[in-house]
Amino acid sequence: MDNTIVATHESHAEEHHHHASLPQHRHHFETEEQQREAGTFGMWLFLLTEIMFFGGLFFAYLLYRNWYNPAFVAASNQLSIPLGTVNTAVLITSGFFMALAVWAAEVRKKGMLVLMLVLTTVFGLGFLGVKYFEYKEKWEKHHIPGANFDISEFVNPPLNPKTGKPTEEPLAPDMAQKTQVFFSLYFAMTGMHALHMIIGIGLLFWYTARAQRGDFSSGYVAPIENFALYWHFVDIVWIFLFPLLYLINRHPV
Amino acid sequence: MSSQHHDPANVTNPEHAEHHIVGPKTYAIIFITLLTFTGITVAAAFVNLGILNPIVALAIASTKAVIVILFFMHVYYQSKLVKMTVAAGFFTFLILITMTLTDYISRAWGLW
Repeated sequence: MDNTIVATHESHAEEHHHHASLPQHRHHFETEEQQREAGTFGMWLFLLTEIMFFGGLFFAYLLYRNWYNPAFVAASNQLSIPLGTVNTAVLITSGFFMALAVWAAEVRKKGMLVLMLVLTTVFGLGFLGVKYFEYKEKWEKHHIPGANFDISEFVNPPLNPKTGKPTEEPLAPDMAQKTQVFFSLYFAMTGMHALHMIIGIGLLFWYTARAQRGDFSSGYVAPIENFALYWHFVDIVWIFLFPLLYLINRHPV
Repeated sequence: MSSQHHDPANVTNPEHAEHHIVGPKTYAIIFITLLTFTGITVAAAFVNLGILNPIVALAIASTKAVIVILFFMHVYYQSKLVKMTVAAGFFTFLILITMTLTDYISRAWGLW
């Protein structure tokens, strides 16, 4: 503590100190930069726990995809690549607007910040909207794991009207049952991802109201910055979910 | 100012990264890049690459993730502490995956 007093009595130190005058600057941080870095550091530690959490699901997918490959291929091909692609673009766009929101807060443009947060929210909701229709289709086709799960489409795949051949490799009934493992993981992973988005959208409403009040346009950007880290993390999860669930099974080895 | 004395205010030897504001132009370039990679990964899914299909898809996904982490998440502009934290986290994650996988592969693979 002695040293602190020595340091702050130096004229140099005072020069560097007087710009740290935000009301949000906590007294236990020496400088604004230190406070900011501590916040970023803490946010990243949280995100790393999230990586471990989603990592467990990704590992389960890796393992079961290898064990029940034919079932995973057939079940994965039930997903719509166009919808998945559109949703990937929608989510990346949402992330882009979130990145711009951070910029708007840093250059203290209140109107721009509010607009970017609203656009982030709109595209986030758009993603969930597409997801709703994807889930609905699975519900209608009885592709939700459980007592009402229907394996008929995997045992007797529909015939291609042109060639008269099955559109998909027919599965033996016991392997066809394993498509439930794929759909369990599909719903667990995309559902957990969607839950993160719902939480994020809830936070976005709150931050938009606070941004409108001017909370983040006078130099205090930490909440926006750290929320952006969370939002981009959710993007990254989807960046991996999309190829793994939708794309890699089109050409079974 | 002497360099020997303790410097809690990080004045003589600032270890915290100067705050860097990333502008809309950079974000726009990153945005276009991410959309392009999305297009490439979808196109690649329709080409029969055999065993390489999942590898290509994961390589593209990892590239996209790294771009997002470095620029959208500003890690490129952060201090060494933050860079080390992020790198250590992913490294630990890879260790966990590898060790769990060695366990599965070496036990009853093919006997389920």
